[in-house]
Amino acid sequence: MKRTTLAASAALALVWSAQANAQANELTLCWAAWDPANALVELSKDFEAQSGIKMNFEFIPWPNFADRMLNELNSGGQLCDLLIGDSQWIGGGAENGHYIKLNDFFDAEGISMDDFAPATVYAYSTWPKGTPNYYALPAMGDANGWFYRKDWFGREDIQAAYKEATGQDLREPQSQKELLQIAQFFQGREIDGQTVYGASIFTERGSEGITMGATGAMYAWGFKYENTPGQYDMEGAVNSSAAVEGLEFYKELYKTGTPPGYDNAYMEQSLDAFKSGQVAMAMNWFAFFPGLYADPTVGGDKIDFFVNPAQNVAASTLGGQGISVVSYTDNMDGALAYIKWFAQPDVQQKWWASGGYSCHKAVLEDPNFVNSAPFAGDFLEAMGGVQDFWQEPAYASLLIAMQERLHNYVVADQGTAQEALDGLIADWTEVFEDEGKL
Amino acid sequence: MSAYSVTEPTRSSKWFAGLLVVAYTIITLLPLVWIIATGFKSGPDSISYPPKVVFEPSLEGYVNLFTTRTRIASDDFAALPPPETWYDQIVRDTGMVIAGQSRFGERFMNSVIIGFGSTFLSIFLGTLAAYAFSRFKVPLKDDLLFFILSTRMMPPIAVAIPIYLMYRELGLSDTHLGMILLYTAVNISLAVWLLKGFIDEIPREYEEAALIDGYTRFQAFRKVVLPQAATGIASTAIFCLIFAWNEYAFAVLLTSGNAQTAPPFIPTIIGVGGQDWPAVAAGATLFLLPVMIFTILLRKHLLRGITFGAVRK
Amino acid sequence: MTNPIDIAAKATPAPVARRVRGLSDRAIAWIFVTPTIFLLLAINIFPLIWTVRLSFTNYAANRPGREVEWVGLRNYTRILTDAGTWENMQTTAHFLIWTIVLQVVIGFTLAWLINRKFKGNDLLTTLIVIPMMLSPAVVGNFWTFLYQPQIGLFNYVVELVTGTPASSFSMLGPGGLAKWSIIIVDTWMWTPFVMLICLAGLRSIPDYIYEAAEVDRASKWRQFWTITVPMVLPFLMLAVLFRGIENFKMFDMVVLLTGGGPGNETLLASIDLKREAFEKWRTGYSSAYAIILFVTVFGLASIYVKALNKVKER
Repeated sequence: MKRTTLAASAALALVWSAQANAQANELTLCWAAWDPANALVELSKDFEAQSGIKMNFEFIPWPNFADRMLNELNSGGQLCDLLIGDSQWIGGGAENGHYIKLNDFFDAEGISMDDFAPATVYAYSTWPKGTPNYYALPAMGDANGWFYRKDWFGREDIQAAYKEATGQDLREPQSQKELLQIAQFFQGREIDGQTVYGASIFTERGSEGITMGATGAMYAWGFKYENTPGQYDMEGAVNSSAAVEGLEFYKELYKTGTPPGYDNAYMEQSLDAFKSGQVAMAMNWFAFFPGLYADPTVGGDKIDFFVNPAQNVAASTLGGQGISVVSYTDNMDGALAYIKWFAQPDVQQKWWASGGYSCHKAVLEDPNFVNSAPFAGDFLEAMGGVQDFWQEPAYASLLIAMQERLHNYVVADQGTAQEALDGLIADWTEVFEDEGKL
Repeated sequence: MSAYSVTEPTRSSKWFAGLLVVAYTIITLLPLVWIIATGFKSGPDSISYPPKVVFEPSLEGYVNLFTTRTRIASDDFAALPPPETWYDQIVRDTGMVIAGQSRFGERFMNSVIIGFGSTFLSIFLGTLAAYAFSRFKVPLKDDLLFFILSTRMMPPIAVAIPIYLMYRELGLSDTHLGMILLYTAVNISLAVWLLKGFIDEIPREYEEAALIDGYTRFQAFRKVVLPQAATGIASTAIFCLIFAWNEYAFAVLLTSGNAQTAPPFIPTIIGVGGQDWPAVAAGATLFLLPVMIFTILLRKHLLRGITFGAVRK
Repeated sequence: MTNPIDIAAKATPAPVARRVRGLSDRAIAWIFVTPTIFLLLAINIFPLIWTVRLSFTNYAANRPGREVEWVGLRNYTRILTDAGTWENMQTTAHFLIWTIVLQVVIGFTLAWLINRKFKGNDLLTTLIVIPMMLSPAVVGNFWTFLYQPQIGLFNYVVELVTGTPASSFSMLGPGGLAKWSIIIVDTWMWTPFVMLICLAGLRSIPDYIYEAAEVDRASKWRQFWTITVPMVLPFLMLAVLFRGIENFKMFDMVVLLTGGGPGNETLLASIDLKREAFEKWRTGYSSAYAIILFVTVFGLASIYVKALNKVKER
């Protein structure tokens, strides 16, 4: 840690001394290729005009994003000056010296982390977790949320049928179990001559899909990674009875409330299922909600959004990213100037208006915020209870283990939830032992 | 029967065979036709439930393939001047505006440079080596030849880590040259083996006559052997190109902004919320064209080429 | 190691060589061979030796700062005693065997039919070959779409032909179909390759052999088994060799199609290796894994090439 601090301050010294003879004034910003990224291109035109720095963008498709970017960082590549990297990379980015520590810069420029939503600062900026060591500026808040066919929910025949079947009113689910009940109600139902299904959820095997989906239920039941944060004492937390119940629930939802063939589904497939009119509800990242709301077939007044329902705990799976300066950049100067520009409240306002999820309190605490979009209130609520996966440098190994255990149990029907989570602890223990942390 | 050559199949057997092959062709081309058709569907049509066989053709996929688009605030959208071009119009119809060019064009050009570059180099080096193996006493010839073949058996990952580390040191990561060299190294085993078979077949008397006429060995190689080996070179080139054109594992690993080819790009084209299937299909279709045209042009040589010298008597 | 091809070429007669002007034959031979050997040494052999070295360490390419320790054979013993490795090997074996069997049967049949030389066989051959020109990554990706029960083509075609409702089964889902779905895609893509080789084999059989058999009044059936099959066999075996080597290494198509799932049902050893190397970044461990796989292919291929040579000698 000392080494990185040193490197960072040395780099900063360099920045200030080199201010006069700024070299080739171009910057490359790397991010995933998706809607908000295109919005950022538009937004950055202001920065270009103000600073005279030309912005280049390298947007990598989601399925390759982690592999490609980590590869780039590990090889000390100079492709990216700025990186909007996934929250789980922060540990590796900090410990391996890929990211510049921003504390001194923040102090010098008067950027205060208190101006950003605490959950986002915790998740996107700090390493070790929760300490005031900042390696990123919260850039894009995100969480896993839900959306549903408001037009179907509003139809009297469907409402009556639901009432008859369950004795309750059809509404936005207030608990995970209610969500399941609604999903099961829609499963296999005939609507406008078409067989429809309950909900599309994340079940993807290859990258992070099923973990991001299942943890939504598990957190809501009370799943925790450790008994004491920072101690890696997983026994009794990862495999607590609440965690087991949450996982069993997710399997039941998958088995009884999702369309056939969504056995390896992540964001794209979930969206396809919803947009093609197969499902009544779907989970996905908030980042997609502006696009969904504008969708010509299922958007507008046919759609509405809700936060991941609580069961025992109100909790949502965290997505989103912070923006970091890559330590291998040859334009540190410009990169920091970009962050400084991006942190301004009015830029953050525009960022939200153009489809990005700002984490700045000036935006989120604005009284008009909640009414600025149909999902704005849900977003605030979700960000109040987000939980994230491990952010350890070895997060990838931890994730692969969880992907395998969950997919084996939920989709491939092997073993019990208890066995899956017990096995997961064994896998994770091995990783932490290899890391020298246990 | 006796009126015909005994090896000429009967009329009915021809019919029967033709029918079966046509049936297979139809089945095997169905997914391909579906890919091409999807490229001309609109977004909602591409994921329609149930799938649409009849649809209104749209160039949305192709426009999306070459552009990046963004949504702007609805007031700003309403205030926009009318679209200037047909592709502006298509994007505008989906409620978006064009934000810029996508990088597909660049990726495609990288594929052309790397694919054809490495094919050329494989053939060039392969022909030289094959000629030497065919005509001269090379020490340990058999061992060298098997060594060359065995390099083909290596799983790419077995050498990927060191290559990755080595390229990082040498500055070859994410360069055209690095990728050309790499694909050449993978293809050269195939090239040497195929080409040696072809050159073995060229009667050495031709060259000897040329040598006696006062040609140098090198002139004889250039003026006599090369023209004779043209068929073999063409068919070998097809196989080298198919590999280099479509390679994915190394491309994902070793390239990013500068030299990335199209295969890692196409499967991951994501539009507004979700995979943009029409654009993916459009990309796949366009990407298939060059190698397909190349193959059709050289198709006469394809069959000869695939005999792999190896089993040639 | 025996060379699988017949080395038909004999050295140029000495007198001719001596009379040649310019560079000596020996010099030309070296000039011609050296670049190839050098390239292979630099980009294949040198990295391979490096991999062997790394396989005895705990090196992690994403931790440049961490101290590298020698761990002896620990990586190897860990891999070989891991039950998961053997399961993945079985998955690979299942995939290899079935793709080869299907491709050989369909490929040979097609070649045999095309060799009836009916009108238009040229055009059909060219059309049939197209799938193998596609990028495996694109193929894997697009087939996830084709296999989607509600919006994909595959299930609807099955429904049309067999009457099984499209939404009643999921090719990539649980229930044991996934390991067949990857075989279907690979067969779709690569059968043309086997077909081409068989076709070359069939066309290499001189007509006079059949004419002689006809004179001996051998039945068509007998001709097929005593002439056609033995004459094509070396070609077929070569096709099997190339498909075997390729499919042992292949992971891109399957990764994009199933991600190794459901569970670990389609987790080929090559996918597992890729995960260890470039997702978990356990460089030392994955190097050992890579060496084990390479030795396996190399061993199998050597035995196979010997058998191939025997067949050819007959």
